[in-house]
Amino acid sequence: MPSPVAIRLRVNDAAWSGTIDPWTTLLELLRVELGLTGTNRGCDRGECGTCVVLVDGRPVPSCLTLALSIDGAAVTTIEGLASDESLHPVQQAFVDHDALQCGFCTPGQILAGAACIAAGRAGSDRDIREWMSGQLCRCAAYPQIVAAIRSAAKSG
Amino acid sequence: MTAFSRREFLRVTAVAGGLLATITLPGCRTEDGAGASTLDPSLFVRINDDNSITITVAKSEMGQGVRTSLAMLVAEDLDADWSQIKVEQASYHPKYGEMGTGGSGSVRDNWKQMREAGAALRAMLVAAAAKEWEVEPAECRTENSFVIHEGKGRRAHYGSLAAKAASQPVPREVVVKPRAQWTLLGKDKVGVDVADISHGRAGYGLDVRVPGMLYASIERTRVFGGTVKSVDKAAALAVPGVKDVVEIPAVGNGVNIHAGVAVVATNTWAALQGRRALKVEWDTGRRAAESSESYRSFMAAAVEKTGEETVNKRGDPDAVLARASTVFSATFETPFLSHATMEPMNATASVVGDKVEAWSPTQFPDWGAQALAQVLKTAIENVQVHTTLMGGGFGRRINPDFTVEAALVSRQVKQPVKVVWTREDDLRHDFYRPCAMHRIDASLGSDGMPEAWRHRISTPSIDVSYGPKPKAGWGPNEADGSGNMSYRIPHRSCEYTLLDSGVPRGWWRAVSTTHGVFATESMIDELAVAAGKDPVAFRMALIDGYTLPQPPDSDRFAFDPARLKGVLEAAAAKAGWGRTLPPGHGMGVACSFDHLGYAAEVFEVSVRADRLRIHRVVCAADSGPIVNPTGARAQIEGGIIQGLSAALKERITIAGGAVTQGNFDSYSLLRINEAPTVIEAYFVETDTVPTGLGEPSVPPVAPALANAIFNATGKRLRTLPLDIKLA
Repeated sequence: MPSPVAIRLRVNDAAWSGTIDPWTTLLELLRVELGLTGTNRGCDRGECGTCVVLVDGRPVPSCLTLALSIDGAAVTTIEGLASDESLHPVQQAFVDHDALQCGFCTPGQILAGAACIAAGRAGSDRDIREWMSGQLCRCAAYPQIVAAIRSAAKSG
Repeated sequence: MTAFSRREFLRVTAVAGGLLATITLPGCRTEDGAGASTLDPSLFVRINDDNSITITVAKSEMGQGVRTSLAMLVAEDLDADWSQIKVEQASYHPKYGEMGTGGSGSVRDNWKQMREAGAALRAMLVAAAAKEWEVEPAECRTENSFVIHEGKGRRAHYGSLAAKAASQPVPREVVVKPRAQWTLLGKDKVGVDVADISHGRAGYGLDVRVPGMLYASIERTRVFGGTVKSVDKAAALAVPGVKDVVEIPAVGNGVNIHAGVAVVATNTWAALQGRRALKVEWDTGRRAAESSESYRSFMAAAVEKTGEETVNKRGDPDAVLARASTVFSATFETPFLSHATMEPMNATASVVGDKVEAWSPTQFPDWGAQALAQVLKTAIENVQVHTTLMGGGFGRRINPDFTVEAALVSRQVKQPVKVVWTREDDLRHDFYRPCAMHRIDASLGSDGMPEAWRHRISTPSIDVSYGPKPKAGWGPNEADGSGNMSYRIPHRSCEYTLLDSGVPRGWWRAVSTTHGVFATESMIDELAVAAGKDPVAFRMALIDGYTLPQPPDSDRFAFDPARLKGVLEAAAAKAGWGRTLPPGHGMGVACSFDHLGYAAEVFEVSVRADRLRIHRVVCAADSGPIVNPTGARAQIEGGIIQGLSAALKERITIAGGAVTQGNFDSYSLLRINEAPTVIEAYFVETDTVPTGLGEPSVPPVAPALANAIFNATGKRLRTLPLDIKLA
């Protein structure tokens, strides 16, 4: 068995360092080591987008990302998106548009939506739908998700 | 104003920091030996002296918004400040009666009592204020959790009145507000859990942590009905972090747990690694030769002949068909479907001696508790089940299997255990929407209207997954949407032949109507076209009260043909039915009565180079008054998109007695870029007790879409998923 390795990350604007087994996924690290259970596991195969977090601003499926492979990176999870007491515009838009039903996929949806706007890909509904196509929602809050991202993009 | 005669359903007591009301709901154990009603608390409303109001909800939240809508029922007639409402989740207790959440029944079953409870509490708060101010209660009004007396310029918050209100007599009669005075019901309210969810603070089953908890992953028999012949645990036990390997015996009796081997470890990763290292030899059992093909051959042969049992019959369809000059025949086929909730199954349990405690994302904590008691052979009093939020349900989480499994592992390792299902486990060990084949033979009379209709169904029964084969009579719930079709046809029959299958079956959103209505609403469209009549007008002329034996619930909520006609008319009008369409476009319609709700849908599509575009979906639904419009629209839209996902993409296939698919690459769901951009939901709000909206929008989707494709292309598609790709 390979021995544990040291890793440093910035998670939600706070430095974190620790020693992990080299096979630890980012999802496992967030949920188990850091107790950040807002990031959810849906398929463990990168198929559903439920576990998406931002790594240096880019959306990645944390289930397929070895924590070690992003040593030194900045990670943003749903818990770190709001600043102080004010919600991130995409979070606020999801609340305003009731853009969720069960909410299990929502953290991934919000983070992917924030990345969509940051990447300048929220100019049209078609662009939003294309960018968000990796994020499954079985409850199918799709119409409200598009509306929420559209409105956050306009207000931002 | 409607005066409700009051029964002994409310008890109010003063508690530290406020007032506590306990209310008895229907289905609760209120009958004593003499049949007299005794008070047994179920719903709790706590008016706190910090002005907040806490409402305990015993139904499970899976995204359908029940924690919001049920709280709204109490808050409306209490005149409570909605922003100060808190909702608490009840844990299992027999005092709650039926906690099971399904069948679109939560609002329907709680409508009366929860509103009356709010009204009664409001009256007591008013009485307390009136006494203190030395005025008549009738001179006071209430608003946003305040009692107000304009003449004396007095205002008192409910929180400050709670203790005094508790000593007021419970009113003998209460009056709920007429619709014109509603301030909350019928208004858009964002769900009570939305803020927590948006912050990542919501607690799902997978988020449960219990001190000393271990994690388990279970290798279950891939072949349904298989058993463990032998297991070599050595390699699994050698994986660092693995603590134990224990066998799970198959459990039947409706609980339906598969034989398997659980690897228990200090973390999920180690449990999964240990599971991969297991060497299990299986006895594959008597189902190993079953396949989608074998089922198909059986069903195809079955629907060619008279069914094993007659679900219902009127007139003599066989004789009419035998002498008809033209018989229209069509066969419709639908596959097994998986629920594919975004949160895979999981549960956490702790068994200590004869005590069991479980934390479970379950739709039916009461069935979960009963199953735990039954399988672990302990008294129900020793069982606790805590309901978590759940990442989708759609009927899958009705079953107690995953909850009981966790307890079976915990009992063996003598520590709390969370059993985590992988996506593959979840897709391969679901309780599937049954596959089905429907054959309909029909003929038209000289007036161009249907004269005979013989409907033969073959499908594995859901009921037979949980108990013995149903007896003759109305029998199979599988004929819902088929045998109780609401068209007046003089000679009609519905026959049924059971397909014996090892695949576990369960309740998938809208259940049997998902295949029955596809067959009936496609066939009625074929007949309308054959008769040269407009499909909407044809249906309007045929919709009638049931003339055949009816399904269970109908004694309380009789089918009303006027309401089905109402939604059909509304959907057609909103969609502009009959207008000239752009070249290449087609329109299709379907309607149904499902879970006591009425829905009609019109699809506008085009097909170019074999690629389908869905331009617009219009739905009109009538489930009575709408409690929370934003939630209601979400249920309609969600049902339509889930129905579309099934109509276009979803299919579970069986080979060697096992499910072929494993993850979302092989069982693909409709994605956001594939969903229609225009979905319009309209509500026809007949003034009656509201029924639910979680299911009624699902059944019309597939037939309305297939009928639209026919209208655009002239081609009938009779197998789901439809053999057409999205543009």
